[in-house]
Amino acid sequence: MAREILRRVLRAVAALLVVTAVVFTLLHVSGDPAYILLTPEASPEDRAAFRAEYGLDRPVWVQYGRYLGRLAQGDFGQSLSFRMPAAAVALERLPATLELTLAAMVLAVLVSVPAAVLAAMRRGTLFDRVLMGFTLIGQTVPTFWLGMVMILVLAVRFHLFPASGRGGVLHLVMPATALALWLTALLARVTRSEMIEALEQDYVRTARAKGLTERGIAARHALKNALLPIITVMGLQFGGLLGGAVMTETVFAWPGVGTLILDAILKKDFPVVLAGVIIVAMGFIVVNLLLDLLYTVLDPRLRRA
Amino acid sequence: MAVREGGEQAGVLMGAAPAPAAEALTAPRTAPRGRLAGLAGSGLVILLIALAVAALADVIAPRGYDDQDLAFALQPPVWAGGTWSNPLGTDPLGRDVLSRIVYGARTSLLLALGSVLIAAAIGVTLGLVSGWAGGRVDAAIMSAVEAQLSLPYLLFAIAFMALLGSSFTNLVIVLVLRSWVVYAQLVRVSVLSMKTREFVTVAVALGARGSRILFRHVAPNVIASALVVSSFQLAELIIVESSLGFLGLGVQPPTPSWGSMLSQGREYLGSAWWLVTFPGLAIILTVLGANLFGDALRDALDPRLRTRARPPRGLFRRTPKETP
Repeated sequence: MAREILRRVLRAVAALLVVTAVVFTLLHVSGDPAYILLTPEASPEDRAAFRAEYGLDRPVWVQYGRYLGRLAQGDFGQSLSFRMPAAAVALERLPATLELTLAAMVLAVLVSVPAAVLAAMRRGTLFDRVLMGFTLIGQTVPTFWLGMVMILVLAVRFHLFPASGRGGVLHLVMPATALALWLTALLARVTRSEMIEALEQDYVRTARAKGLTERGIAARHALKNALLPIITVMGLQFGGLLGGAVMTETVFAWPGVGTLILDAILKKDFPVVLAGVIIVAMGFIVVNLLLDLLYTVLDPRLRRA
Repeated sequence: MAVREGGEQAGVLMGAAPAPAAEALTAPRTAPRGRLAGLAGSGLVILLIALAVAALADVIAPRGYDDQDLAFALQPPVWAGGTWSNPLGTDPLGRDVLSRIVYGARTSLLLALGSVLIAAAIGVTLGLVSGWAGGRVDAAIMSAVEAQLSLPYLLFAIAFMALLGSSFTNLVIVLVLRSWVVYAQLVRVSVLSMKTREFVTVAVALGARGSRILFRHVAPNVIASALVVSSFQLAELIIVESSLGFLGLGVQPPTPSWGSMLSQGREYLGSAWWLVTFPGLAIILTVLGANLFGDALRDALDPRLRTRARPPRGLFRRTPKETP
């Protein structure tokens, strides 16, 4: 088991290297900040000085190597537009993104799992069919469109919630719901099918023969076994959730890392883009690692591996 | 090879399988069957209609996609006080929303469909090679897959488009990158499971060359699942394209795409609801059609596909009882 964990940690580190390399390459091919950030009147000497100040005059691999070295020390460089450490700029926005993503995740689980368990227990009923219809629609509607329609109806028309920005719980309702819909639909679909499969297993028949109530069987036996695939799906979809978060943040002008990255891209603020992407990717990698480990703990069969 | 075996097994168990595809392939058993069959037909119908609209845009659209008429800017749809000359209203430049949606179908579907085909060609080939060759080739291809999956895709796509420019070519590259991994993983797993099948063993025993076995015996058995995945990927890529378009990173004006129409409509959210509503509905309908069609295809190709595509969950995996 220790070997398995080590393997997964190493894989996470490799993933981080890939992320930094890819983003660094993209940024490098895209243009020279000495032309983008300095005024057109700046003299060639000014530009050279600017490049020297930020180490942009060195070969790419040297820049990347030095960048990695600094990253290891927690130094993400200076933001070119904010004139403060890029890491600080990105970290400042992180809580907002976390708040939104977590809210959506919790909402999705709280809604989908109970509903899907119930649907699996009452297969073919009206409730089941309505839920299935919902999952079909939920996986189809683009997050950002749903967000705009919500603003249109709930904020503009009925003034129920603030249309944009971050503040109290009221501000969170619409973005979190918009972001959660797709995950809710997906989880409901997976949970239902896993529950149906679990409920057909021999141990459920045994439990029934012992005289356990259907509810007891579902909660104590079936759901426990259906949990693993549900966790897997959540892990697999976490990247999608982050992507959705970027879209949702844009629609609702939510001051998270997603909007920061988009702004920074427009301003060609390299270090902030890198810091933002790396921080989000780190979250993605860490969550996947944690889920992998959780999986190993939850499934006794894997512990021996 | 031994190392790969272990990794492979863990990979499947840990869900390194293609995310949306694996889920999508898992899900069919959930939907009530008879109902689904009915919906499936409608999926195909929707898709065909969307394709027809895209192909015949010049005939169907009442106006050109860039015919501006500022005197008729921001007209509401016909039932909300507008006129029949612009049934779905007009945008801030007085362009006909219906016409732009029709031409947008061309852009959005062409991009998604083209990218799916390219991704399928690349992914299926690499998956076949990876699964069949094993060893170093397999390790190399699979680490490329893993490397890509370790990036949060949309974030990467945004960075790519923003930094390298929103050209048509870049858009296709980004979309292909989204999908090829799905094919590669799926096909690889299929090939691995098929390598041990009797007909392959027999072919080997009869002295057939590797490439012959691969393309004559293995590939046809993989095509079915690739087809199903294509349908879901089409849906996925339509959404990705519209997301990028929404962020202003997709197709550039004046060429209409559903995503870029939404992006423009967003600025008039409070005053012109139709600018956002209708392109969105077009996306939803088409994506729904592709998803339903995928469901239908998968059901038609059952049950072999289902058992094969579904990663085995553990030691005590049951064989499915119900066979259609």
